[in-house]
Amino acid sequence: MTMREITYRQALNEALAEELERDPNVFLMGEEVAQYNGAYKISQGLLDRFGPSRIIDTPISENGFAGMGIGAAMVGLRPIVEFMTFSFSLVAFDQVVNNAPNMLTMSGGQFNVPITFRGPNGPAHQIGATHMHATEPLYANFPGLKICTPATPRDAKGLLKTAIRDDNPVLVLEAELLYSSKGLVEPEGHELLIPLGQAEIKRQGSDVTIICYAQTVPMALAAAEALEEEEISAEVLDLRSIKPLDMEAILNSVAKTHRVVIAEQDRPYCGIGSELCYRIQKEIFDELDAPIARVAQEDVAMPYNERLEKAVLPSAAKIVTAVKKVCYA
Amino acid sequence: MSQPELRDEVEMLSLMLLIRRFEERASQQYQAQKIGGFCHLYIGQEAVVIGAIAATRHDDYLITAYRDHAHALGRGTSANACMAEMFGKATGCSRGLGGSMHYFDKANHMYGGHAIVGAHIPLAAGMAFASKYRGEDRVTLCFFGDGAINQGAFHEAFNLAALYKLPVIFICENNLYAMGTSVERSTSLKQIVDRAEGYEMPGFVADGMNFRDVRDKLTEVIDAIRKDPHPAFVEIRTYRYRGHSMSDPASYRTKEQLEKYRMDDPITRLRAQLTREGKLSNEQFDAMDKAAKETALASVKFAEESAELPLEELYNYTYVGADGATLARAMSTDAPPL
Ligand SMILES: Cc1ncc(C[n+]2csc(CCOP(=O)(O)OP(=O)(O)O)c2C)c(N)n1
Ligand SMILES: [Mg+2]
Repeated sequence: MTMREITYRQALNEALAEELERDPNVFLMGEEVAQYNGAYKISQGLLDRFGPSRIIDTPISENGFAGMGIGAAMVGLRPIVEFMTFSFSLVAFDQVVNNAPNMLTMSGGQFNVPITFRGPNGPAHQIGATHMHATEPLYANFPGLKICTPATPRDAKGLLKTAIRDDNPVLVLEAELLYSSKGLVEPEGHELLIPLGQAEIKRQGSDVTIICYAQTVPMALAAAEALEEEEISAEVLDLRSIKPLDMEAILNSVAKTHRVVIAEQDRPYCGIGSELCYRIQKEIFDELDAPIARVAQEDVAMPYNERLEKAVLPSAAKIVTAVKKVCYA
Repeated sequence: MSQPELRDEVEMLSLMLLIRRFEERASQQYQAQKIGGFCHLYIGQEAVVIGAIAATRHDDYLITAYRDHAHALGRGTSANACMAEMFGKATGCSRGLGGSMHYFDKANHMYGGHAIVGAHIPLAAGMAFASKYRGEDRVTLCFFGDGAINQGAFHEAFNLAALYKLPVIFICENNLYAMGTSVERSTSLKQIVDRAEGYEMPGFVADGMNFRDVRDKLTEVIDAIRKDPHPAFVEIRTYRYRGHSMSDPASYRTKEQLEKYRMDDPITRLRAQLTREGKLSNEQFDAMDKAAKETALASVKFAEESAELPLEELYNYTYVGADGATLARAMSTDAPPL
């Protein structure tokens, strides 16, 4: 099987097209998804191919159309709701965290909600405090939601397809800054399904484990490369899913390297890394040769100024510093 | 304070010119990558905000969405502070922390620059609530686009304002599009102004390409609000000449439509009205235009030469209070030395 090199954007587009093709109950709804072909062009060509009854432009009414999606899912459709960015999903927060995941419990198991919420999430570039939220720790706090955070074209395609087929509400948190990045993906027509809750070692190493996801994956890989020159061998573990979490992969890696740096794109306080730290120390405290270090955003609202923004965000350089700290190098 | 004398029309025209020339410069600087992020130009809509400014007092509260350069300039924020904000400099009206979408200027009663569609509309109700609470006769001006009228926040704020009879004028700048979505494709109403009816609110329509129409309609509405606090809704029909933001080629509209509105340009129209009435000579207009261009150009130089906020100040804007910076820093895990 010859792999092709495609962009993350195209990979998502293929996943949508394949699932729309496969299942007539699947439809896509969101702002500018149809006639404009998507604010970030993820839905390019889908209106032409699947028509206006399945590729649906909405008004700017996030709370309304997120809720509509949930209602449609309760009676048998399989909606894909695009948020132009997950920062705007906050306008629909109640629908996403109250209606979508609670329905199963509240109805005593009668109603599941097979919906996919997707769109770019997390830091972008210079668009300020309201538009760059990394929403994963918010959503991770709600039982009933599944959350994945693809970092490569292959993961983007495979995870989105799995999300659409899942019978629970799934959030596919895409990385806007990676939309144009390229990577190898199986040929079109090959059924690429990547299970939720399965991490992937993106680079083997022996001295330290860098746990990362979404935008911090390329940073961690760059850091690992830089560290190689200083003879530190870093293993890069991409979580791929935030919930469920692949603890086994994490523990296996930590048992091998004995040192951990968590590189996350969210804010530190009650962020994804907080939970990881707890679980790692609980399971294999004895394996740790150094306290776990975290690289996250600074706990401030995102400044517009480019230099300050850079100071707030995680980076390969910050990961290198943290690795050296845990390696006492 | 009572209603002010009508502001001088020539002065208002010069403000419209300033907005246009300022944004032309901004657009150029964006292309030169001196400005980052999102940048939304107001060109074509100048008569809306300046008509409103002409009909209100300086101490009336003003709040708007992210297409906000004109609102600040109209309120008296300097071109320097506006340009420096887009350059991310400490001399910007929001210290370079807000950027193009988040202009704030407390001294000029400009309460933002808000980038989540519809989210600032309830804030306007709150500001109007405060002035009524204190027994002031201030009016709150709340601007938003045609795309905002389908947000829950819009509807909730409208009901609250009507219920509590708050002195707020909701101004929908209907430029026919929300990004690539036309009003017919976003809204079930035949005309936007009809939203007012559902809330028992007086509703009006004004021609946003005509300064005088905007000013006169708003003057009347605001007069009534000052006498007896209540909300009102005005749909102002206008057009943006440029794309939604700098990255939008606006291929969803026709050249003919754009040309039709350009022929009806608000600056050209007010100039012609004033010239016809003998209130403005060609020389005067040219001098005003030249001054606007110079101010815009000087603002670029000012922005370029201004300093950025020092890195050590990163933590100074998260909490107020003497220990604010310490608190923000402490909540950052392993806060690296800056
Ligand atoms: C809650 C929310 N959803 C989506 C967006 C993205 N967005 C920014 S501007 C815009 C269009 C708004 O159009 P309109 O209200 O007509 O204002 P105009 O741009 O025409 O001035 C959209 C969809 C946003 N900023 N906030
Ligand atoms: Mg509009």
